[in-house]
Amino acid sequence: MEDIIVVENLHKVYKMGDVDVHALRGVTLTIKKGEFISVMGPSGSGKSTLMNIIGCLDKPTSGRYFLEENDISLLDKDELADIRNKKIGFVFQNFNLLPRSTAIENVELPLIYDGIPSDKRYRLAKEALFMLGLEGREKHYPTQLSGGQQQRVAIARAIINKPSIILADEPTGNLDTNTSTEIMEIFRRLNKEGKTIIMITHETDIAAFAERIVVFRDGKVMKEEWRSKEKLNEPVSRV
Amino acid sequence: MNPLVAFRVSYRALRRNKVRSILTTLGIIIGVAAVITMVSLTQGAKRIIEEQLTSLGGNSLIINPGSRSRSGVSKGLGKTNTLPSEDAEAIRKLSTVTHVSPILDTTEQVVWGNRDWFTALVGVSPDFVFINGWFPERGSFFHNEDIKNAELVCVLGKTVASNLFGYQNPLGKTIRIGNISFKVIGVMSSIGQTPGGKDQDDIVLIPYTTMQKRILGVNYVNNISVSVRTSKDIPFAEAQITQLLRERHRIRPNMEDDFYVKTQLNIIERIFTISKIMTILLGSIASISLIVGGIGIMNIMLVSVTERTREIGIRMAVGAKERDILIQFLIEAVALSLTGGVIGIVLGIAGSKISSLFTHWPTLVSFGSILLAFGFAAIVGIFFGLYPASKASKLDPIEALRYE
Ligand SMILES: Nc1ncnc2c1ncn2[C@@H]1O[C@H](COP(=O)(O)OP(=O)(O)OP(=O)(O)O)[C@@H](O)[C@H]1O
Ligand SMILES: [Mg+2]
Repeated sequence: MEDIIVVENLHKVYKMGDVDVHALRGVTLTIKKGEFISVMGPSGSGKSTLMNIIGCLDKPTSGRYFLEENDISLLDKDELADIRNKKIGFVFQNFNLLPRSTAIENVELPLIYDGIPSDKRYRLAKEALFMLGLEGREKHYPTQLSGGQQQRVAIARAIINKPSIILADEPTGNLDTNTSTEIMEIFRRLNKEGKTIIMITHETDIAAFAERIVVFRDGKVMKEEWRSKEKLNEPVSRV
Repeated sequence: MNPLVAFRVSYRALRRNKVRSILTTLGIIIGVAAVITMVSLTQGAKRIIEEQLTSLGGNSLIINPGSRSRSGVSKGLGKTNTLPSEDAEAIRKLSTVTHVSPILDTTEQVVWGNRDWFTALVGVSPDFVFINGWFPERGSFFHNEDIKNAELVCVLGKTVASNLFGYQNPLGKTIRIGNISFKVIGVMSSIGQTPGGKDQDDIVLIPYTTMQKRILGVNYVNNISVSVRTSKDIPFAEAQITQLLRERHRIRPNMEDDFYVKTQLNIIERIFTISKIMTILLGSIASISLIVGGIGIMNIMLVSVTERTREIGIRMAVGAKERDILIQFLIEAVALSLTGGVIGIVLGIAGSKISSLFTHWPTLVSFGSILLAFGFAAIVGIFFGLYPASKASKLDPIEALRYE
């Protein structure tokens, strides 16, 4: 399989007054198209920082990042916005839905910025909600939906523009065990359909859905573990 | 993102915050309404002034004897005797002149039966009625024959007629003016008071020749009233008359005139300038409230940007470009100010109708002032919306997403 994401020796330093916070200290990672990866590690180890760089929301202080063999550091703001729009779907721990917009308005948001006409937007968004089992919830506002339903709206939004990569930062962090499993089944299905999924999690049983587990510590990759297809659902060793 | 979509996104955002949106536009509403009301009021006032000026004889001029001092005030006060009545006949022949009337005035006691009244006695020619656009209401005015023969006929002003005759018909009656008997042949219509409060109907008109020969015993006139076709002809007529009279009076080139021509043009121009200044003044006072309204919009948009930092982050995360965010917030600001503009126009029209009721002025809501107010509102929206919008669009996606 071709390499969809390649990061080489990534560093990220936050300046907090006089103090430098080293969030990433040389991360090198290669991700193949269609992989399902869990990222684990203690709090503050730099997982979200890496995720934001991969998602083109943030830029590294140094190091290189290739997305589908394109050097991201050469792109301007508008081009990065285009990548976020078409190539990447984000799923967040706190869902990040627009609170004053309905489910369907939230889902069609990426299409607005892709210049898709409204009738087509509506149709695609309705389809996406249907696929995620949210038929009849189109006109509901986020506060009128359960956590699991909100996360499914967020996933519908993440996949609406058919990105090849889904980045999920603790997508089940705010959900109970049953709902978490439902969400993970959705990710597994999306992965089977060919999407590359990178997911941060603190829970070993959630991480166990992935084929590869990358463990972070102090801004570096401490350990990587490949899991054969048969063993996928077996518990992951604690980090 | 196409503008229509941008507009719809902005519209949704505004509708979700209805009360705030309305309060925000209040400044613009008041500003636009004030501009329209103020401008229409001053334009109404201007029209009244114009009408009054025309009724005062915007196309007439008066020749006075004596010279004009540097300050423009007559030294002779019209009581010098340098204007013979033949001057009037000569002026009548000038190309621009339509009517000419010599004027002599004095005050006299008029008596009918046991009633008497002290009034202005004015000697004029038949042209007088055309120059002033003031005609008899009953009976007739005197004719050129009466002038030639210095007939003892008179036309009464409304005030004199009612004071001497009450409800009786004055026509054909004989009254005494300074011991001479005059036959009443007409009564003038009422023209009311001068702007200064003087009763213009308190007058008795007689042929100027009668005035010269029977009352005053002079052969000059106090002044000569002249009308020209339109007020545009006045400057030329003034030059013509000056030249003619200098010749007739044999005034050498380096000598001062022994007469002066008074036109209303100066006054008219000055009054127009004043009313223009008033329009500009009131308009700019009202515009200040528009600017204050704009600052209100900027203030709320800044609050809104801060409040919606997270929303902006989310939009950026799913692919919104700087320009998309900029346009969204700019359209919100402009939509706010234009909505305020429309409401303000409606209120402004209502306001000018109401103030028209109170002032009894005709208020003119011109298309121009509506366009001006609306355009100004749009510019205010863009100007004061630009800063918050650009602030929103410059947010860092990650920081915006993390914002609590
Ligand atoms: N904007 C920022 N400014 C300063 N320091 C930051 C910023 N963002 C992250 N950091 C620091 O960088 C380090 C890595 O943060 P990051 O969010 O990547 O950790 P994480 O692995 O995602 O942790 P968690 O599991 O708690 O989400 C932390 O020490 C954090 O304090
Ligand atoms: Mg994190």
